[in-house]
Amino acid sequence: MAEKVLEGIKILEFANFVSGPYCSKLFADLGAQVIKVEEPGVGDEARRRGPYLDDIPHPEKSGLFLYLNTNKLSITLNPKTKTAKEIFLGLVKWADILIEDKSPQEMEKLGLTYDTLKGINPRLIMTSITPFGQTGPYRHYKAYNLNVAHGAGGGYITPTGSPNADREPLKGGGFFDEYVAGLSAATATIIAYYCCMKTGLGQHVDVSKQEALMATNKVEITNYPNLDTIATRLIRKTALGRQPPPCKDGYIQIAAFLDWHWVRFKEFMGNPDWAQDAKFDGIESRTEHVGEMYEHIEEWARGHAKEEIYHGLQEKGVPTAMVCNAAEVMNSPQYKAREFFVEVEHSEMGKVIYPRGLCIYSETPWAVERPAPLLGQHNEEVYIKLLGFTREDLVKMREVGII
Amino acid sequence: MSRRVLRGIRVLEFGQFWVGPYTAEILAYLGAEVIKVESIKRPDTYRLLGSTGGPDPTVILLTDPNKGVGFNEMNLNKLSVNLDLTKPKAVELAKRMATLSDVIVENNRPGVMNRLGLSYDAIKEVKPDIIYLSASCRGSTGPERNYAGFAPIFGCLGGLAEITGYADGRPAPPIGGRADIVCGIANAFAIITALIYRETTGRGQYIDTSDSEVVSCLIGDIFMDYALNGRLQTRHGNKDDIFVPHNCYRCKGDDDWVSIAISNDSEWGAFVNAIGNPDWARDDRFTDAFSRKSNEDEMDRLISEWTINLTKYEVMDILQKVGVAAVPSFSTEDLCNDQHLKARQVLNQVDHPVIGKLAVMNPPWKLSATPAEVVRHAPLLGEHNQYIFGQLLGMSEKEIDSLIDGRIIY
Repeated sequence: MAEKVLEGIKILEFANFVSGPYCSKLFADLGAQVIKVEEPGVGDEARRRGPYLDDIPHPEKSGLFLYLNTNKLSITLNPKTKTAKEIFLGLVKWADILIEDKSPQEMEKLGLTYDTLKGINPRLIMTSITPFGQTGPYRHYKAYNLNVAHGAGGGYITPTGSPNADREPLKGGGFFDEYVAGLSAATATIIAYYCCMKTGLGQHVDVSKQEALMATNKVEITNYPNLDTIATRLIRKTALGRQPPPCKDGYIQIAAFLDWHWVRFKEFMGNPDWAQDAKFDGIESRTEHVGEMYEHIEEWARGHAKEEIYHGLQEKGVPTAMVCNAAEVMNSPQYKAREFFVEVEHSEMGKVIYPRGLCIYSETPWAVERPAPLLGQHNEEVYIKLLGFTREDLVKMREVGII
Repeated sequence: MSRRVLRGIRVLEFGQFWVGPYTAEILAYLGAEVIKVESIKRPDTYRLLGSTGGPDPTVILLTDPNKGVGFNEMNLNKLSVNLDLTKPKAVELAKRMATLSDVIVENNRPGVMNRLGLSYDAIKEVKPDIIYLSASCRGSTGPERNYAGFAPIFGCLGGLAEITGYADGRPAPPIGGRADIVCGIANAFAIITALIYRETTGRGQYIDTSDSEVVSCLIGDIFMDYALNGRLQTRHGNKDDIFVPHNCYRCKGDDDWVSIAISNDSEWGAFVNAIGNPDWARDDRFTDAFSRKSNEDEMDRLISEWTINLTKYEVMDILQKVGVAAVPSFSTEDLCNDQHLKARQVLNQVDHPVIGKLAVMNPPWKLSATPAEVVRHAPLLGEHNQYIFGQLLGMSEKEIDSLIDGRIIY
């Protein structure tokens, strides 16, 4: 088996739910060793979220938790006590990277600020993932997934192509925005790690979820000062921002944006009369008349099946999609050919199917060596083997609620 | 003096639109020397897409490849050369540049780089430890490898559109280029992991990104739900499975909204207090999270009666003071004027030689020791021909001129 790309990197995760755990999962799945610190008896919030096996809530049977915590070790620790804090500091000394998502006040209260921690481990990379970052007037503000999505400007422009502003702006589906913040944090963290490798410098990486997500809307955002355009979810003259038209058995999305796309799309529709009108020639004119164009496209689409439109147009080179639900994604011949879904065995769940990593590397594997940990599953391994406590210490610490 | 971490790393970009260019832009923020390879015949298509601007903008085709405002935002800090890669001599020069580079980023349709003679295998022959990343809609293998797509397309194929939108509305593909940018972030992560691997083993590698797979990874739990329970998640607006209230509420103003999310009964208690303990909040229908969830639409209507008389900022202030998560649904105008974002220096400005002063966004993270930063505007087409061909490849002025005459450098 080839060596993994991040073999040897040591990460301490002190994070909950989606963003922080996803950030360290990206490292763990590529070979880093991740120790996840969870609250004794309670654990990560994701353990209290579905989807559960057979819809029966159980802290070891949450699909969300299982997906986000592959390849990690779990220890329980309540860093509010003095002994536990010392243990935490011992782990900070061990780690190359600390990933945390507590509010700046909470970290201060726990005595775990970057200034303190770098005294213990000068090469430490500390990545702090918070809704609004470590500085600025909103730094103490609370924000969940919904608030983060709206606070970054993505909500206000969703759903694109709305007929009017009567209805509320929307967040992205699922926890998409939280995942993106975690991914962005992982990129910032790997940069800092690379820097440390080259220079020996540790550093504090301040990730504001708001800014991480604003980056994904950056062209819309800078269009305001540069072009005096306020992005909106209302229908605009754009060929790419349309709502997917319904077809016979679902929805499709066609981006016949460039001229040659349009010519082939017309061909595919059998060159109907309406499409010969010169007002649909050229990107500018097509965009100007996009409303009228879509009336015709919607009518045409209703008579055709999504697979027919998707494959038919793509084979002609026209960027086209069918709107896929989870089953269609999982059954897609393309995903199957690329082995995007992998089966992982878990002691409480049996075999379950998971999505694999973001990219395929030619030399270094992505792999789930172990499923997500049970709560505190690795207490002995970490406390006794790594930190040198005795079994008796462990029992006492458990009795007084430290672990 | 800047201590940007990728100083000394050279990147060749064969990018189009957003995914490839944003991948390389992240590396350029970090100090890598990113050389964008285009030609007058086939520049990055995004160079030629402009907007009329103003409140009701429409697309315009630019005749000047150096006037794209959006192009500037996606190509900061880079250098540009123009080479007509349909000519063998130009391909040879691109390969010579590759031998002096560490990373190649491309997001052309699978097969294009191969036809040009610039595939991973071809480059590996002249530069064995190259890190070569290809990104495309469906990835470089599999039956749909030649399928193409912009962000809304792979947002639909990856499963995100199906779960975004109103419960009674159509699926909502990700706006603008969000999904593109997200892929760029994933690619930059992958490239830096490969640089680390090269540093320790001396080996380069090929990285194959399917944009639709990246989107699927970022909603991974919905596939677990289907695998575990056979449930197909769909659209439910702003609502959450557990948290309640969890929605956007209309405020005073034109199209002004505030998002409010409450995770437990203690936050609910603080919320009810803050809005002045209205009678309805004591109703049995709203006393615990389960009953609130069962009567959510009615509760949302009652909350809106409170928010509608306040500005979105007033609601944020009142509720954040008592520990309730309330954040406006910010417009791009709000974000550009926001005091917090000003304090965090989120926006910056560059002086573009053709367009003039342009607002740009700074990189999204604050790294204390190794800054990611904007140092220059996007390059004019071919702006760095002299530097690259003259200084880097050591060609004489005469040679360069003859290549310009022969439309190799074109």
